[in-house]
Amino acid sequence: MTKKITLLIVDDEESVRDSLYNWFIEDGYYVDCAQNAKEALSMLESRNYDIILADIKMPGMDGLEMHRRIKSLNKDSIVIVMTAFASVETAVQALKDGAYDYVTKPFDPDDLSHLIRNAASQIALQAENEVLKNKIISLENIEDIVGNSDAMMKVLRDVESVAQSNSSVIITGESGTGKELIARAIHSNSTRKYFPMVSVHCGALSESLLESELFGHEKGAFTGAMFNRKGRFEMADGGTIFLDEIATISGKMQIELLRVLESKTFVRVGGNKEIKSDFRVICATNRDLKKLVENGTFREDLYYRLNVVNIMIPPLRQRLEDIPMLVDHFIKKYCTSMSRDIITIEQSVIKRLEEYDFPGNVRELENMIERAIVIGNRKEITLKDLPLGKDIVSSSFESLDDLEKKYIFEILTKYDWNISRSARALKVDRVTLYNKIKKYGLKSVK
Amino acid sequence: MNKRSILLISHGHFDNNSLEIIADDITHEFLHPVELGESHLDLNEYYDPTRRQYDGNKLLKFLDSVSKPNSLKTIGLFGVDLFIPILTYIFGQAIFNGRTGIASIYRLKNEQYGLIKDDDLLLDRFRKVVIHELGHTFGLVHCYVPSCVMRSSTYIEDIDQKKIFLCNKCRTQVESSSHIY
Ligand SMILES: [Zn+2]
Ligand SMILES: [Zn+2]
Repeated sequence: MTKKITLLIVDDEESVRDSLYNWFIEDGYYVDCAQNAKEALSMLESRNYDIILADIKMPGMDGLEMHRRIKSLNKDSIVIVMTAFASVETAVQALKDGAYDYVTKPFDPDDLSHLIRNAASQIALQAENEVLKNKIISLENIEDIVGNSDAMMKVLRDVESVAQSNSSVIITGESGTGKELIARAIHSNSTRKYFPMVSVHCGALSESLLESELFGHEKGAFTGAMFNRKGRFEMADGGTIFLDEIATISGKMQIELLRVLESKTFVRVGGNKEIKSDFRVICATNRDLKKLVENGTFREDLYYRLNVVNIMIPPLRQRLEDIPMLVDHFIKKYCTSMSRDIITIEQSVIKRLEEYDFPGNVRELENMIERAIVIGNRKEITLKDLPLGKDIVSSSFESLDDLEKKYIFEILTKYDWNISRSARALKVDRVTLYNKIKKYGLKSVK
Repeated sequence: MNKRSILLISHGHFDNNSLEIIADDITHEFLHPVELGESHLDLNEYYDPTRRQYDGNKLLKFLDSVSKPNSLKTIGLFGVDLFIPILTYIFGQAIFNGRTGIASIYRLKNEQYGLIKDDDLLLDRFRKVVIHELGHTFGLVHCYVPSCVMRSSTYIEDIDQKKIFLCNKCRTQVESSSHIY
């Protein structure tokens, strides 16, 4: 979307205008302010605004009257009225008169951005319907998905066609093929992109933890809980929830999940209010779900609810022709992030890579290239920088865990066990790195 | 580097290790050196007894008015709960395309939400908030790349969903404007 959404803020209080101005400028909108209704109406004569955010109580002409006049100007702006707690009734009157929504001051930041994103996505929807008519959809925000093999092009075409719909999607692929990237691509090319994509790695959580992660809890549900905590389904309102390793969830959670998918409502732990959330579900798995249904470990009804569209990501060994492009991409990516000059790679190395079968898929290739950049001569990647070495066979027997352990240890040593630098070089956050150190029992040798 | 520095000023206690990590992050993302400083500003003046929070607008304005002309940007770090009149709370805010920003660690703590204390996670969140607000001072608007640190986040788990880094698009924008600095 190239056209910026335009916003007009009408409020007699300077601090309110300034704060909202700053907030929306940072959100990337075009913003103007007016001090009163009269000024707003005269600005509306010379230009249109997509969204008008107006205080209901202003000296001179109040927000209700202003709203009526805007309507009579035949403008199709979305009008949202702001109100102090005491004047909610007037706001309700504004809604009856056709205002889009109202907010009570002071706003919860989340409510405010939600409200505006809702309005914005409605506008974007209109604009994108125009685009759809002209059939020039192209994918945005997919910087990490690389390849132009037939197999990958098919995946991208699937992404493109499914992005515009609201259907549930199951993404199937071996580990390391980039299932989450594909989920992100779907999300960021849908009208839901203005809302979060929330990821849940089901395999990493126990049943009870998964439950509170998914549904959230009320303050006071546990000792010390001062604020409510939203669950993932609630966080994903308006957006997408990504359930990774869906095959690992227990029978009980399968039932819960099915119920939420059907009703789109749930209750927080320790709460009794039904909460509604409008989310899209994308799941991923490296298992054959159909088989799991056949042998009774995965519910058939849930399977059919989730599996409206199925996208299969091919393993890297089935799209070897993408290797040069991927290598190029990772070299640029890591040299840039390590603030180094872009280096080259020997042609013979590419050939060698094309002969390898990559059990760890694109992630394994990415790790190899990053490692080669770290340990190499800073000019060119040569065969000796890769764990392939002379005996490609024996190194491929090394498990991925072993490779990872070795690699993490090398990076830690290189950076003198500075966790933050090492984490950055490994492109993971510190918590992940600490967990890996714990997992592999790594210790610094002095 | 003969580039101008970004000042990181703590108001209240922050441990040195964390500050150095944040300083590293800043240099990595924005390619400017970082200087650490401490302030003994009396925060009582910014306290709003009816809201029992500290006024983020007033603090931002004050910090901007005293920021040193020879430094590029100034970010104030706080341990207290910040608000602005129109919003119930903020994690931080910045002057868009300006020189000053503020960030608070108060609402980033797991304990506030009844979860188990996690210092590493807390630091990761704080790093993201600081980089994010600094990004605004460099003229970056909210980004729709899901992993980008400039993605808008209004509650803590929203922050957890993104990474500490700028995406390529945002990075390029900072770099292409860097001749100005
Ligand atoms: Zn922001
Ligand atoms: Zn970005």
